[in-house]
Amino acid sequence: MARANTDLRSELGRVRGLGSAKEGVQHWWHQRLTAVALVPLLIWLVAGLVAHAGIDRAGAVAWLGSPVTFGLMLLVLGVGFWHALLGLQVVVEDYVHHEAVKLTSLIVLRFLCIALALAAAIALFDIAFGG
Amino acid sequence: MAMQNRPLSPHLQVYRPQITSVLSILHRITGVWLAVGSLLLVYWIIAAAVGPEPFATAQSLIGSFVGRLLLFGWTFALFFHLANGIRHLFWDMGRGFELKTVSVTGWTVVLAALLLTLIAWALGYWQLELL
Repeated sequence: MARANTDLRSELGRVRGLGSAKEGVQHWWHQRLTAVALVPLLIWLVAGLVAHAGIDRAGAVAWLGSPVTFGLMLLVLGVGFWHALLGLQVVVEDYVHHEAVKLTSLIVLRFLCIALALAAAIALFDIAFGG
Repeated sequence: MAMQNRPLSPHLQVYRPQITSVLSILHRITGVWLAVGSLLLVYWIIAAAVGPEPFATAQSLIGSFVGRLLLFGWTFALFFHLANGIRHLFWDMGRGFELKTVSVTGWTVVLAALLLTLIAWALGYWQLELL
């Protein structure tokens, strides 16, 4: 049965935007994408840290400031915190049921991950290019 | 109520722990624990950038008994999350869902994580000897 169309909008205009935004798998996909990237990155990180166990500051600066370490460490931080954020977000969404607390936690987590990654990145730039 | 005869989701208090469920929750716990551990990596990099004294403090904190204990926990968490993450990626491709396979890969992940942790620490102490 057709409804009397008193709406000024067209039939198409009324249904537009109500369907899938085609971004439903974005979280899932980014979690996997970062996971795959982290496999070699974390193996490199552990190997690097083990090889420099107990190093003094001069050695650490030389290692962290070398082009390869600098680049890979930036990737570890960027991809790592991205992956951590996606994971922590799911944990919060699963266990925190109070809406205000949940939303606040999600915002704080996001800000924290970005701030930490940025802080470490600035330190790395300082080591590589600073005096 | 018609709902009463429907199957219930497992109650954790009375449900026998299985390799599948234990590793599943361990994946979450190690993930959260690694996110906490990222603070140490960020601190270590920033300490290296700031100067010799802050870096020496960071190194002595990490080298202390509690520091080593925590680091050992993070090493295991990293290798476990890494190995079990690869297991998850295979599940994402639709492989390894048979009960026997799930059990075998689960125990393989536990063994691999333990073994890799011990190897990393043996190499780390070997590296310390060389200093």
